[in-house]
Order: sequence, then structure tokens, then C-alpha cells
Amino acid sequence: MKSPASDPAAFDAAAHVAHMEKMLGLTIEEAWRPSVVANMAAIAKAAELALSVDIPEDSEPAPVFRP
Amino acid sequence: MSLPLDPSLGTATEIAAAVRTGQVSADDIVRLCLERIAALNPRLNAFTDVTAARALAKAGRIDAARARGETLPPLAGVPYAVKNLFDIEGLPTRAGSKINRERAPAEADSALGARLEAAGAILLGGLNMGEYAYDFTGQNVHDGNALNPHDPARMAGGSSGGSGTAVAAGMAPLALGSDTNGSIRVPSSLCGLFGLKPTFGRLTRHGTYPFVAEFDHLGPMARATADLALAYDLMQGPEPADGHLADRPVEPTVPELGKGLDGLRIGVLGDHFKRFGHPEAYRGVETVAAALGATEEAILPQATAARAAGFVITAATGSSLHFDRIRSRPQDYDPATRDRFIAGTMIPAPWLIGAQKLRSWYRDRARELFERFDILLAPATPCFAPRSEETTLVLDGVEVPLRPNMGVYTQAISFIGLPVATVPVWLEGAVLPIGVQVIAAPWREDLVLRVSAALEAAGTCRSFVAEVPA
Repeated sequence: MKSPASDPAAFDAAAHVAHMEKMLGLTIEEAWRPSVVANMAAIAKAAELALSVDIPEDSEPAPVFRP
Repeated sequence: MSLPLDPSLGTATEIAAAVRTGQVSADDIVRLCLERIAALNPRLNAFTDVTAARALAKAGRIDAARARGETLPPLAGVPYAVKNLFDIEGLPTRAGSKINRERAPAEADSALGARLEAAGAILLGGLNMGEYAYDFTGQNVHDGNALNPHDPARMAGGSSGGSGTAVAAGMAPLALGSDTNGSIRVPSSLCGLFGLKPTFGRLTRHGTYPFVAEFDHLGPMARATADLALAYDLMQGPEPADGHLADRPVEPTVPELGKGLDGLRIGVLGDHFKRFGHPEAYRGVETVAAALGATEEAILPQATAARAAGFVITAATGSSLHFDRIRSRPQDYDPATRDRFIAGTMIPAPWLIGAQKLRSWYRDRARELFERFDILLAPATPCFAPRSEETTLVLDGVEVPLRPNMGVYTQAISFIGLPVATVPVWLEGAVLPIGVQVIAAPWREDLVLRVSAALEAAGTCRSFVAEVPA
């Protein structure tokens, strides 16, 4: 069984966005914040699903891809 | 061959033949297209730049060459247009953005544009697109929305929205688009066109503005399979300046088109590809499967997770491309992409690398599946063209954001770079088209185009110029 991409109970998209916003020097106006947070939550959910597949540990990552 | 009353509404292949035989001049064709653009573009928003002077000059050279008795190249006199992320000499490559308009004008056309030009095709201009290609709707806050010619109250689909609009409205018989997660296939489905997304690495991207290096593909959209094959064949070939291009020989598909279905093992993708859709998505696939005699179900394991991995990689790589700009001038982005790009900068590395590992694993499962099948069928979009004001979609009873989820079926395929022909189906009684993905193993564009041609010849799939409602 693989460990999850994040702790779904603990992953707080709003808190992650607020932290990374400062770390990366981003500007997020309050009017956009809910949408940015929603997008972050969607990415977290997708990562959760992508990383839930139990593939061999030595699978080759594919940053340069040859079909 | 019989040309329509307005010869510019013929297919690219028909126009090329008519110009070659002198039935019509290239100048007439270009003027007819420019008139149609002038009449329809204010309502449909397909073109962001019209290169009329350049087009008329080129048409004049072609007509003069013919008058001198010269043999004309294969696309001589065929108008085309390009999504505005392709470089056009003399214009800044805006890629659907406000920011890129500050770029210096391109010094040359894109490599693919240059190849079409060398074959005699005539550029009409640059086409509208979703900002920086992060889009499946064809909507753009800076340039207005590309609208669906079959019902202008509806979306063209994106991000190659203007490409879909222009070809379906008869403004041009041929357009080039890009497809990262579905941006050729989605507008082809919504606008009722034939579209080709070749194998990843097949066609050079030199001279185009990128989105996601891992997934960006370029390809043609048209109203006939023969036009896709003709343009695609002319666009193949090496380009030393392009590091992503695969080392493949030119493999012409035009000679393969008439070979029919004999010997092809055709499967219908199940699991992920039989979930999430509205009834029309499944009926489109059933119609095509029935015409092809395909009954066996094929399973691409973990396609839903694969699609999710594509979503993560897209967000991470796309946002990295925009990292400096999204920090320094977020207000200049389209709000619909801005918030996605901002969120994409915040992805932990293990999520990205994990997604990249799944990509290799999933590719290997696809290779196994192609030992049993030559062709796989799947829906192109989960539904008909949505109305322009819609922002959410109900998939499997769950309301989800529309913009990312129109690609629920396409993203799971381009994730591993498979070649796809999107074919348009008009269901009985339907007033809108729906597309079906015809998918093959890597480098088998010949097979997807062969099947597309067979479906077109049988009348199962057809594309035509929309009668744009007044």
C-alpha cells in the first residue's frame, strides 16, 4: 500500500497557498484567493489520485518522453 | 469533383485541384475567404489578425506561376490560418495573452507554417485561442470568445477555439492548432471537424509559443480527412533547432488513406472512457464502433489516475514557464488562467515526479494493449458544445468546473503521446456534432487517418460548413 501524496485530513489548501504565496513572492488579491485555493485543492486531489497507483519504485520518470 | 457555389467553401484538396486546373484563381479563393471573414468574424471571433495583403500577394504569385505554365505545388492556392501561438512573420506571437503582445514581431513564420507556405498554401492570419493554451473553452478575456458556428450561443471549445470556429464557419478550409491535453480534439468535437493530433515528437514545434514541454503537440484541423493527411505529410521532417522532435523518417499517409479497414483490430475503450460522459458522448462512440464492426472492449488500466497525473504535470510545467510573469504581473493574465498558474507554482516535487513515473508505467500498459488492438475508440468530449455562460459541468452526477473537465477523455491519451484522429458524428436528430477519438499506437498516424477516411467514405462521419444563424 502506497502512502498518500499528502495527508488528506491535514492538507489545507488555503494554508498551503498562504504559505507559498509568501515563500515565492506571489501576489494574490483577495478577490482571486478562493479560485486559487480551489485550483490548489484540485491539484492536490489529482496528485492524490495519480500517486495512489501502486507502481514499481524503480519506474522511470518521463520528463523527456519518447513514445 | 464538384465545387460548391462558393469555391472557397470546398475542402483544401478540392481547392488545390481547382486552382491547379484553372477552374478558379488563387486570387478569387483568397478574396472569397477574406469576404467571409469580414462578414462573420465580428460575430464569431475566430481571427485575431488577418494578413490580407500578404495573402493577396501570395495568391498573385501563384496565379502568375500558373499563367507561365509552371507546375504548382500540392497546396497551391489553399488558404489556411494558424492558432496565434504559431509565429507569423511581422507579428508578435501573442499566444492568446495580453502580455505577449509586447514581444518583438516574429522574424519568420513557424517551421510548420513555412512548410505549408513552401507547398503553396496561403496564410489568412492568426486565430483566437484560450490564453497560453490553458483552456478547453475557446474563451479569452482579451480577444473575446471564439464562438461555435453551429450555434453561436455555444463554445467553440479550446484552446484552439479560433481554429475550430474558422474552419467550421468556412473562413478557411484548413487551420493549425496545438494540443497539450486536448486542444485540437476538443474544438474538433464541438465544431464538427476532422482533427489530427500526431504522435508526441512527430511534428516540429519550432517557432511556436510553448505551454507544457512534456505534452505540447501541433496538428491540422479541416473538414476532410484527406486535407489532414495532405497537410500532415507536408509538415513532417527534421528540424535541427527542435530538441523535442523524434528521429523518425517521413512516413506519408496520403497513399494509405484508401486502404480501408481490412485486418485492423479495433477495440472500444472501457472503464474511464465509459464514465463521466453525457449520453451523446457514448452514442458517438457506439455509432463509430458499429460502422467499424468493433465490439470488443479494451481497458487501458488506471486511465483516471493517468489523467490526474497529466493534470498535475500540466499545472507544474505550465506554471514554471510563467513563474516570473505570474509573480510580477498577475493582473495582466486572463483570470481564468491566472488562478490556475498561481496554484501550479505551489506543487511539491514528489507530486510531479510521481506523476512522471506513472506516465512511463501507463505507457507500458498502452504498449501491451496495442499488442491486441490496432485502433482504440473513445469519446473526444463528455458532451456537446456547452453554452457560453456555463462554467460547470455535471459528470457522473458530480458538478465540476467546466474549463478543465472538457478534457476528461483527451487528457488520458495525450498524456502518453498517442496519435489521434478526431472524427465528427452527427447523431440522429442532433443539431450539434460530437467527436470520437480514433487512437493508435505511437507513429501510426497512417492507421488513424485510414480509419477516419473509411468513416468519412461510409458517411458515418462528416463535416460541413455551418450555416451561421443570423
